[in-house]
Amino acid sequence: MLQEVARAATDLAPLAKLGAALAASIAVIGAAMGISKIGASALESMARQPEAAGNIQTSMILAAAFVEGVSLFAVVVCLLVAVG
Amino acid sequence: MKNKKLFISLSFLICLLFSAPNFAVAENQTEEEFKAGDVIIEHILDSYDWHLFTWKGHHVGVNLPCIVFNDGKCYTFSSKVFHDNNIYKTVNKTNSEELVFAIPHEGKYKGKIVIVNADGTQKRPFDISITKNVMALFISCTLLIVLFYLVTKAYGKRGEKAPKGLQSLFEMLIVYVRDDIARKAINEKSVDKYLPYLITVFFFIFTNNLLGLIPIFPFGANITGNIAVTATLALFTFFITNLLGNKEYYKDIVNTPGVPWFLKFPLPLMPIIETVGCFTKPFVLAIRLFANITAGHIVVLGFISSIFIVAKISMAGGIGMSVFSLILAIFVDCIELLVAYIQAYVFTLLSALYFGMASKEHHHQE
Repeated sequence: MLQEVARAATDLAPLAKLGAALAASIAVIGAAMGISKIGASALESMARQPEAAGNIQTSMILAAAFVEGVSLFAVVVCLLVAVG
Repeated sequence: MKNKKLFISLSFLICLLFSAPNFAVAENQTEEEFKAGDVIIEHILDSYDWHLFTWKGHHVGVNLPCIVFNDGKCYTFSSKVFHDNNIYKTVNKTNSEELVFAIPHEGKYKGKIVIVNADGTQKRPFDISITKNVMALFISCTLLIVLFYLVTKAYGKRGEKAPKGLQSLFEMLIVYVRDDIARKAINEKSVDKYLPYLITVFFFIFTNNLLGLIPIFPFGANITGNIAVTATLALFTFFITNLLGNKEYYKDIVNTPGVPWFLKFPLPLMPIIETVGCFTKPFVLAIRLFANITAGHIVVLGFISSIFIVAKISMAGGIGMSVFSLILAIFVDCIELLVAYIQAYVFTLLSALYFGMASKEHHHQE
């Protein structure tokens, strides 16, 4: 009886991989939403004030790199779960 | 108009290749399957030899030296001894017994050199082998030193004249780092203290990112995708920020201005948050660079692996797939060029911002 329970417990390894894959996709959704909001507001403000376009572009790339970095945290954790 | 018809007909023909029947099904079932996950991970990770290709079952590559220390004695040998899952037996220099080195394929020390004791336990010795990433670091640092030496010599020769050739390329980037990154983030008095480090780290990360994308021999090692390298760079930033910080910087950590008193006394919540923030900032720097570069490499490798996956099902489909995969891989490689520059820029900019915050001038509180 106990051995069956132990066997069932180790059978959860594929479930962990499923969880890792799902979590990576959800992280990508979050990053995509964040970066699209950044891009949208940057384009809008560049249209309102074209002289500031250079500054706005730099800030946009910087903010996008931050948001992407956070989502890549999640990807790294998912990779660790999936291969270890 | 003629080109459009040609393009459509060519694409149609390539798609037809997917439907070609595979007559060699029986033979294929005895061949080993193509494990895409293992191939990708093997290209991302560090290794003791530089594997170039497999020619008729033989590994062709550069066998890099392994240098390990055990009980204070140094053992050097070529990594050729570990080919085909072999182990390496040598004489222990301290007590003249047999010493067995091996690379285990699973467990805690998977892929690393361990000493196998007589009772089967594994011990990891002090390992300063020249691995693939170390060799690639030597190559890229030599390249950087040579390039910068040439640029400096050009400045000496040309003096005040307009820059030419290599010098103009480097001047563009160096002036960009100096004016748009360093001088914007750090106040005038302290810029020159931090500028050499900022320029070094920018060019180091940019060059290693770019060289990691070239698949031909001495380049193509995933250096900045190695957490040890990025963690070292982040540690440099951490030490420089905190060792060269103002007294005002430390006072602001303990006694943050503009925060109400009940967050600092009796339970010092704000100082704890500031101190934790002080440690997470370099950690995030390391993870951001590592994850971005590794993710890019995995995507490109995934596209190329998909060719082999389809080829195992049907060789003709593999040929058709390779056209699509190569187009997509080239597209992703272009994005990777952009990411290489952006990651170097973001790392340098954030380091400059941290330096600026650590060396802020005292201005009177209103």
